[in-house]
Amino acid sequence: MTKPNMAGQPPSRHPEESSGVAGWIDRRLPVISGFRAEYIDFRMPKNLNGLWNFGAILTVVLLLMLATGTFLAMHFIPTAAEAFLSVEAIDRQLPGGWMLRSMHMVGANLFLAALYIHLFRGLYYGSYKAPREILWISGLVLMVLVMATAFAGYVLPWGQMSFWGADVISKAVGAVPVIGNTLEHILAGSDQLGDIFLHRFFVIHFILAFLVVAVVGVHVVAVHVAGSNNPLGIEPKTPKDTVPFHPYFTSKDLVGLVLFALVFALLMFFWPSLLTEPDNYAPADPMHTPADIEPEWYFLPFYGMLQSVPSKFGGLLAAAGSLLILFALPWLDRSPVRSMRFRPLCRVGLLGLVVAFVLLALVGKHHAQGSWMALGRVSLLYYFGYFLVLLPLAPRLEKTRPLPASISAAQGDA
Amino acid sequence: MSVRAFLGGACLLSGLFLATPEQTALAQTPSAPASSPAAAPAEPAAPPHQKWSFDGAFGQFDQASLQRGFLVYDHVCSTCHGMRSLTYNDLAGIGLSPKAISDLAHSKQFPGPVDEDGQPTTRPGTPDDHFKSPFPSEAAAAAMMGGVAPPDQSRLALIKPHGADWLYAFLTGYRMPPPPGAPMVPGKFYNEWADGHLIGMPPPLVEGGVSFPDGTKATVDQQARDVSTFLVWAADPHRNARHHIGKGVVLYLIVLLLLAIAWKKKIWKRLDGN
Repeated sequence: MTKPNMAGQPPSRHPEESSGVAGWIDRRLPVISGFRAEYIDFRMPKNLNGLWNFGAILTVVLLLMLATGTFLAMHFIPTAAEAFLSVEAIDRQLPGGWMLRSMHMVGANLFLAALYIHLFRGLYYGSYKAPREILWISGLVLMVLVMATAFAGYVLPWGQMSFWGADVISKAVGAVPVIGNTLEHILAGSDQLGDIFLHRFFVIHFILAFLVVAVVGVHVVAVHVAGSNNPLGIEPKTPKDTVPFHPYFTSKDLVGLVLFALVFALLMFFWPSLLTEPDNYAPADPMHTPADIEPEWYFLPFYGMLQSVPSKFGGLLAAAGSLLILFALPWLDRSPVRSMRFRPLCRVGLLGLVVAFVLLALVGKHHAQGSWMALGRVSLLYYFGYFLVLLPLAPRLEKTRPLPASISAAQGDA
Repeated sequence: MSVRAFLGGACLLSGLFLATPEQTALAQTPSAPASSPAAAPAEPAAPPHQKWSFDGAFGQFDQASLQRGFLVYDHVCSTCHGMRSLTYNDLAGIGLSPKAISDLAHSKQFPGPVDEDGQPTTRPGTPDDHFKSPFPSEAAAAAMMGGVAPPDQSRLALIKPHGADWLYAFLTGYRMPPPPGAPMVPGKFYNEWADGHLIGMPPPLVEGGVSFPDGTKATVDQQARDVSTFLVWAADPHRNARHHIGKGVVLYLIVLLLLAIAWKKKIWKRLDGN
């Protein structure tokens, strides 16, 4: 790659050219030159906005989750009799335990929040289109894995909401025709949700977390092969359209990370009650159903879909389908224009999709009762309509705005 | 699903408090207003807000009030309510000295190992012991207390909506005799803040029922205020540290953010000349 001579930047010394231990290692396993190529000299479109910070943010939160989770696991006892009390002991008696657990809980919430933003960015700027289909699909696999990990993790404290949330999900699985009962039994491990189920989910929570790390590896390799998309959705044409990753995006990612950490700290230290469910501080009691069974906020849209459809299995199909359809997105949207900035119709359509998604969350919160049920169905239809009708037909209906000649031309400095 | 949750709501609360006949009837009526969200048995109106030292993002517990509140818990509440998540050592958090904690633990008798003749023994408690439960088991508690075990108080202030405000309103909300027209049930007491205004628990606090070593007058109001503070602490024992550390962390991050923004601006300025 060409290297523009930046003023004030010291000439880089390549360790693979140097002798010594670093050079010896690098000639055998190019970790040092590889790191330089992928994280220092790597060319990035220079017009990335703040939404491109979330990849780095997600990586850091993932590491935080692994670190805190490892220590929490050392003190957690995965049995129905002891799980709740062991979490109480972590929170109360283990020195610094309350902070570990609080980081893990806030981390889980903000991980999902950042993931939704990251996904929205992909939808808005058309990052799923060629040549980034595998990048997109690996990201969706990650999202499904993270959701499963979050669900398994929420079961572990074995509070009322842990238990009854698991109950709702295992019953939903039981609604699958023919094999439902068998599936439900495999999930629960025995006739009721107890020791076997809890121990199983503890192991699943762990395995999935490390599987996530592996798929993140694939995702990162994929983005380094295809290169980052950008807000204009056009490929960089000349070196003038790009800047090296370091120091341009290291400095920009740092700002994003610190800002994110600030939100994290405010929630963790001052407003933890915004994210915690009080009912889950009562130990699981299979004899008493809570007044209001409600999943964590990040599952509410899917819970809304589950409840908007009259049949249980239909609801399950809708909720699962809403994720599965995203996998087909690169082939549903055939428009050559990536960024919604140049697609007036789909842009409005996508904003409608966000509204529908939020409405579905509210429907879930209100258990799809009364008028919420109707609203839930309309939103659900819109959700699928966006992907199955609007996007495939858009190239025929929509007059896209002209694309700029290049990134630097659009920035007015070419 | 929704009807089940609806019925379940009545079940849960009747586990804690007695559901009134009206509520039970309501819960069984399928034609209840469908648009009413949550479908939880109607909580009485929000209790009046009190001024608490621990309120807000920077609030800190008043240690003297916590210690008085623990006295009330130890002398009154703990006769029926367990607090099994706490150990005696945790009371260092309300400012008890190691000696006071050790003496307190020693004054409680715990079941010990069986002796050489196979007879059960008792032993004095240690600071690492969890608070002694008033009943040998949940089932025994329910059997002795008329069918419903008194709820554990470890996280009560967190689970109960309006936490401290509700606890205070409830503890000062008994009316003897009940107002005219209120339903009368033998063995139940009238309380403005109990669900359905009736509860099996007799008024726990009486004027001068405890005596505070710091000379504070033990009115019902004072005891209610202090024990509510103690229960909030029990449900959130690290609040003081959380707020204290949080201020430092946020301040540090703000400084770091300003530095990061300055660095980023300096770097990106290089592009202007291009």
